[in-house]
Amino acid sequence: MSPLACIVRRDLLLVFRRRSDVFNTLVFFVIVVSLFPLGVGPEPNQLRAMAPGVIWVAALLAAMLALNRLFASDYADGTLEQMALASEPLFLLVIGKVLAHWLVTGLPLVLIAPVLGLQFDMPAEALAVMAASLVLGTPVLSLIGGVGAALTLGVRGGGVLVALLVLPLYIPVLVFGAGAVVASGAGLSAQAHLLLLGASLALALVLSPWATAMALRISLD
Amino acid sequence: MLEADRLECTRGDRTLFRDLSFSLAPTQLLHLAGANGTGKTSLLRILCGLLSPVHGEVRWDGRPIASVREEYAAQLLYVGHANAVKDELTALENLEIGTTLAGRSCTRAAALRALDEFGVARCAHLPVRTLSQGQRRRVSLARLALGAGAESRVRLWILDEPLAALDTAAVAYLEGLIANHVNNGGMVVLTTHQPLTVTSVTMLRIELDFEIA
Repeated sequence: MSPLACIVRRDLLLVFRRRSDVFNTLVFFVIVVSLFPLGVGPEPNQLRAMAPGVIWVAALLAAMLALNRLFASDYADGTLEQMALASEPLFLLVIGKVLAHWLVTGLPLVLIAPVLGLQFDMPAEALAVMAASLVLGTPVLSLIGGVGAALTLGVRGGGVLVALLVLPLYIPVLVFGAGAVVASGAGLSAQAHLLLLGASLALALVLSPWATAMALRISLD
Repeated sequence: MLEADRLECTRGDRTLFRDLSFSLAPTQLLHLAGANGTGKTSLLRILCGLLSPVHGEVRWDGRPIASVREEYAAQLLYVGHANAVKDELTALENLEIGTTLAGRSCTRAAALRALDEFGVARCAHLPVRTLSQGQRRRVSLARLALGAGAESRVRLWILDEPLAALDTAAVAYLEGLIANHVNNGGMVVLTTHQPLTVTSVTMLRIELDFEIA
């Protein structure tokens, strides 16, 4: 088995043996999104108008909430040190860890979001665009978040710091992601927004594992 | 051949050591001694390349370790202060996954044999969470048994307090393993506060102390 496949398998196995971690993110997302229709009242037009923003903001916060788990336990028990000493380049292992993290925290959000969209009376086409924008956008959140998580490893109060570090970088993803759904709801083409999201994903895929690996070496020093 | 050239290390605003040089050839063992807080672990981490020294460099076969990182990593086995085992995984999974991630191949039979040699074969399928401190240390050290033998590519072992939490039988077995590795042309750098009896091996000793602090 290649080290990349091995780390993905390992992280999924760890999550499977400690399932509460996955549900935290998902339950947070479901609760936040579900509270809005209750809070603002059952006016369908208003709900339809706010749905893209609410769902995307909730997804972004849920992704951020899960970040501190990305490297913290590996750092605490010394396995991160061993990964840094592996003969494989560290960024490969980082890609594996971020992929596993996305499968556990990002993918469930993508799958459940259309169901939550029904609470906002979103049309079917907008639901499809929302799922597409989340498929492209949530990996970017995980990739960028990895850099922040690596930089704040072992720092006291790292949770607040990581939010301050990654939020500015999350904003373009939020704008394009929610923008795609708004455009489709207004009868326009969401293509431009989705293409920009795809471009962000390509850029993050190239740059962030490398930056994360550098940040991890600094944190271990 | 591992060479340290005029290493200097500071933690916080305190200088731990300065102008520390030594070289370690195949079939030699280096024992780092010194009181708590004199920089033994920091020195080991510098030798691994995890920590960068303020001055000086570490060379492997004559070249700085940063420039031969992958080659060096393939020949290095580091057992740190932390056991590097995951509580949720079984002993066998920990050993197999840890070895694969380090970039070395590992068959299940070889992993089981290594656990057996360290006397933890009975715990192979138990989550490490349920093991005692000494048993966890044995699981962590079983990587050495995998990396031993003449056909292995691993030449340098760097061990931080390997004897901590081990009972006398495990200490004796580990001493034998170390002697065997060194006599097969390997190199070992280790720290320990316990008496270490590795017979028929060239043993160097460096004592770190506070005199420059």
